[in-house]
Amino acid sequence: MTAMSFVYLAAILFAIGAAAVLLRRNAIVAFMGVELMLNAANLVLVAFSRMYGELDGQIMAFFVMVVAAAEVVVGLAIIIALFRARQTISLDEPAELKG
Amino acid sequence: MVSEVLFWIVAALTVIPSLALLFAKRPVHIAMSIVLVMVGLAAAYVGLGAPFLGVVQIVVYTGAVMMMFLFVMMLVGVDNAEDMRETIKGQKWIGFLAAGGLGILLISVIGDASIEPRLTDTVGNPEGVAMILFSEYVLVMEVLGFLLITAAVGALVLTHVPRLTPRRTQVELQAARVLAGANPVNKPMPGVYARHNALDVPALDPQGQPIEESVSRVLEIRRQTQDGQEFRAQLEDTDNPDHEARPHGAPSRDADTRNTRDGEEPK
Repeated sequence: MTAMSFVYLAAILFAIGAAAVLLRRNAIVAFMGVELMLNAANLVLVAFSRMYGELDGQIMAFFVMVVAAAEVVVGLAIIIALFRARQTISLDEPAELKG
Repeated sequence: MVSEVLFWIVAALTVIPSLALLFAKRPVHIAMSIVLVMVGLAAAYVGLGAPFLGVVQIVVYTGAVMMMFLFVMMLVGVDNAEDMRETIKGQKWIGFLAAGGLGILLISVIGDASIEPRLTDTVGNPEGVAMILFSEYVLVMEVLGFLLITAAVGALVLTHVPRLTPRRTQVELQAARVLAGANPVNKPMPGVYARHNALDVPALDPQGQPIEESVSRVLEIRRQTQDGQEFRAQLEDTDNPDHEARPHGAPSRDADTRNTRDGEEPK
């Protein structure tokens, strides 16, 4: 059992997160799918850091976590602004740009 | 290398709860299962020689990010039913196919890759991470500071609601109330303090009659009020002890007040 198996696990988690983004209409749930994809990428970085015996991968994962925290703050603020404007957080509702 | 038991525990702890993202109905259940996924990933980080990242994962993701998700769910309403109508025909199956295809593609590419793992085991303890973070990557750290400030200001700007009408001062509110014919004085407080000091009994006016408006409207709607007659001061009783017909020897209801007025100690 090498660290490579964690990379396979991360691929599965990434696919599940992508499916959640594609399938769910609730904006918060879709956003949680994005979070899961970010975490899968983090797992890959940490696993490769283990394989190569360097700490740089862990530093990158740390940066990804910081960026994800900032992204969550802005994303949730957008969801709240959307809810204030339309009383719904369904992703299918805002369709002004539809031709 | 990596413990096999740990891998299978982490795999079960991450893949099974993350399936809730696809199949669970209520957003709160999904959020709690994602918390479980984050904890499983933290265990994986510790097992892969990154204890610092494992702790950060728990603090940042389960502690801050997922709790913020729960707060937003609370703000927008947890019972927001998801609309299951499909705007694109067969979107569900297309989505499943696309995501499954992505997973198969990733796994096949990973299977093709050949990596010679080095045998040096490095542990990402805080000291080692900090040495690299503040030497090689110090510029990135500074930029991340800018990013976090920008995100905080952005969240403030996005959730700020501009005030469309000027704020009404207390003086204006009071003038409007008087103009509308409302009673400018406060309502009397409920409760007859000498005998019963709970909020469910109306205050008494100088004639001993209950003042209905002194009791909260909520209690009236819930029918949790009392009429206060029971606690009325029975002044005529104290003036003339034989006024109220009662069995011989039975104690008067306000015997204590009469006794203290007569200068005797109440029994």
